[in-house]
Amino acid sequence: MRGLPPALITAIVLVAGFAACAVQFPNIASTRVVGNLLTDNAFLGIVAAGMTFVIISGGIDLSVGSVIGFTTVFVALAIERWGMPPLVAFVAVLALSAAFGAAMGAVIHVFDLPPFIVTLAGMFLARGASFLLSTESIPITAPIYSTVSDFALRLPGGGRLTAIAIIMLAIVTGGALLLHLTRFGANVYALGGSRTTASLMGVAVGKMTVKIYMLSSLLAGIAGIVFSFYTSAGYSLSAVGVELDTIAAVVIGGTLLTGGQGSVIGTFLGVLIQGLIQTYINFDGTLSSWWTKIATGILLFAFIALQQGLVALARRPLAKSAGAAT
Amino acid sequence: MTALLPRRGLAQILALIVILAVDRVVSPQFFDLRLQDGRLFGSLIDVLNRGTPVALLSLGMVLVIATRGIDLSVGAVMAIAGAIAASLADTHSLAVVLAAALGAGLICGLWNGFLVAVLGMQPIVATLILMVAGRGIAQLITEGRIVTFSSPDLVWLGNGSVLGLPVPVAIALGMLILTGAVVRGSALGLLIEATGGNARASELAGVGTRAMILSVYVWCGVCAALAGVIAAADIMGADANNAGLWLELDAILAVVIGGTSLFGGRFSLLLAVLGALIIQTMNTGILLSGYPPEFNLLVKAVVVLTVLLLQSPKLTGFAGIAARLRRTKA
Repeated sequence: MRGLPPALITAIVLVAGFAACAVQFPNIASTRVVGNLLTDNAFLGIVAAGMTFVIISGGIDLSVGSVIGFTTVFVALAIERWGMPPLVAFVAVLALSAAFGAAMGAVIHVFDLPPFIVTLAGMFLARGASFLLSTESIPITAPIYSTVSDFALRLPGGGRLTAIAIIMLAIVTGGALLLHLTRFGANVYALGGSRTTASLMGVAVGKMTVKIYMLSSLLAGIAGIVFSFYTSAGYSLSAVGVELDTIAAVVIGGTLLTGGQGSVIGTFLGVLIQGLIQTYINFDGTLSSWWTKIATGILLFAFIALQQGLVALARRPLAKSAGAAT
Repeated sequence: MTALLPRRGLAQILALIVILAVDRVVSPQFFDLRLQDGRLFGSLIDVLNRGTPVALLSLGMVLVIATRGIDLSVGAVMAIAGAIAASLADTHSLAVVLAAALGAGLICGLWNGFLVAVLGMQPIVATLILMVAGRGIAQLITEGRIVTFSSPDLVWLGNGSVLGLPVPVAIALGMLILTGAVVRGSALGLLIEATGGNARASELAGVGTRAMILSVYVWCGVCAALAGVIAAADIMGADANNAGLWLELDAILAVVIGGTSLFGGRFSLLLAVLGALIIQTMNTGILLSGYPPEFNLLVKAVVVLTVLLLQSPKLTGFAGIAARLRRTKA
């Protein structure tokens, strides 16, 4: 399986980190903490799954945090002010975010622009649009919200697997299947390996680009709905900077930022590692939350340096044969 | 002057004039200037003053982008430099404070440059590391508090005046002239453009591409640190969470508006700074017009998209017509 070895390293880091935490604080090794870990990072896991597709295809999507913010505000307004039934509001906002992603993908492909700057514009646009809708935090009181919040599968040991954690796990599983078992997934790898080669091999590059960004924005929309379940409110400033956490999770999960390699499972493990750092800091009590950032930065560096080393190793025989030819 | 301002600056200057005209319409006193206590006051001066941090960032950023790189960490570097300056300000002289803060920026730049030039990482990834960790480091320095200071020297740096101009504006102007003199007064600018145009070809032609890339990141770090010190001096305190937050995006935007391609190659310092001023004029205009500042982001998004589409390789047909028109005029 492509991309599994780096993900395996992520898994080892996660298990080792979890064991180290559990030695210091035995209570961490309980289903309660694990259940909370999944619930607290549910929206991050969903949006990171989408980002994995984008990054494997050689792109990047900076707009996801803003799309989450927009979704929470839109859903809150639609349900509370415009009187839409919640399910209709969900479908409407998902259609909107999918269209938004498709538009970004189309601009990237048609005008041959760097994804970085196009999705940066998308980030401004979505955040600006959510500011325009409302700048206040709108509580959501629809009954479906309390139903979903109260729903949880009891785990042995007193832990709770909440509805949003289940949604996240389902999407991660679905994403992994889509990436590894379908033609769409194979095309994503092909695009990231080399756009020109993929195009010559008959991959419809334009359609794929549109679909990939559409998927990322759609998942960001779902993450936004999950986020609104998590906070029971819509706020235009929610999820500021989430794009960074997401990219960090994808990279820590062993996906190559140059594209062509990676896995959704690795990304999921990357999300859990970030969550674990946060949990450790909460348990410790004396460390400030900014240690999360420093630790994430160090992990990022370690994983990128590792990838760099692996890529250099992989390229060496090529360089040698090229040298022999000249 | 021709070295600093190529003919392609016309669009940016026109854009600035149009935005200034709009500002004049929404706020009739926009062009009023008055001299008080040896310092100029007025909306125009305000635009210059507020635009200083982004202008300084764009000075470093434009060189980085010219080498086909990008530096996402400038906002975090601002926070680090501001934190250092604020925590040293009341116990050390201005020279020590500046040396420490700029030194920190230099080290940050060296780190980024090392990752990109020596380890060969993608710039966007390499600088992402410091972007994420940098704010944590800044909070480590301020111990999570907002550090305030009252050192008159440092306050002067943010709020004083030189020859009628606010000190930050004078510093930015000085940095523009210094950078311009170093980069365009020597072959350095050409070598940087060569590195961005085709790193491998330049390397084979004898350009020290590694040294070039390393030095542009170092310069970008120093510019960011200076911007951070000024931002801290302006509010007489350092807020590790919010200092320079998202300014990296504004700086990149300024460079792009200034016509420097994200694909590296030709660059213009003056147009990048002009880009920063265009952004700030827009911001100020929106504030003065009484529209909620929420519109800022939407307007920015529309501007980025417009500039991008104009620069797009696929639209060269349009650009080609414009260039031909200009050539026939000249």
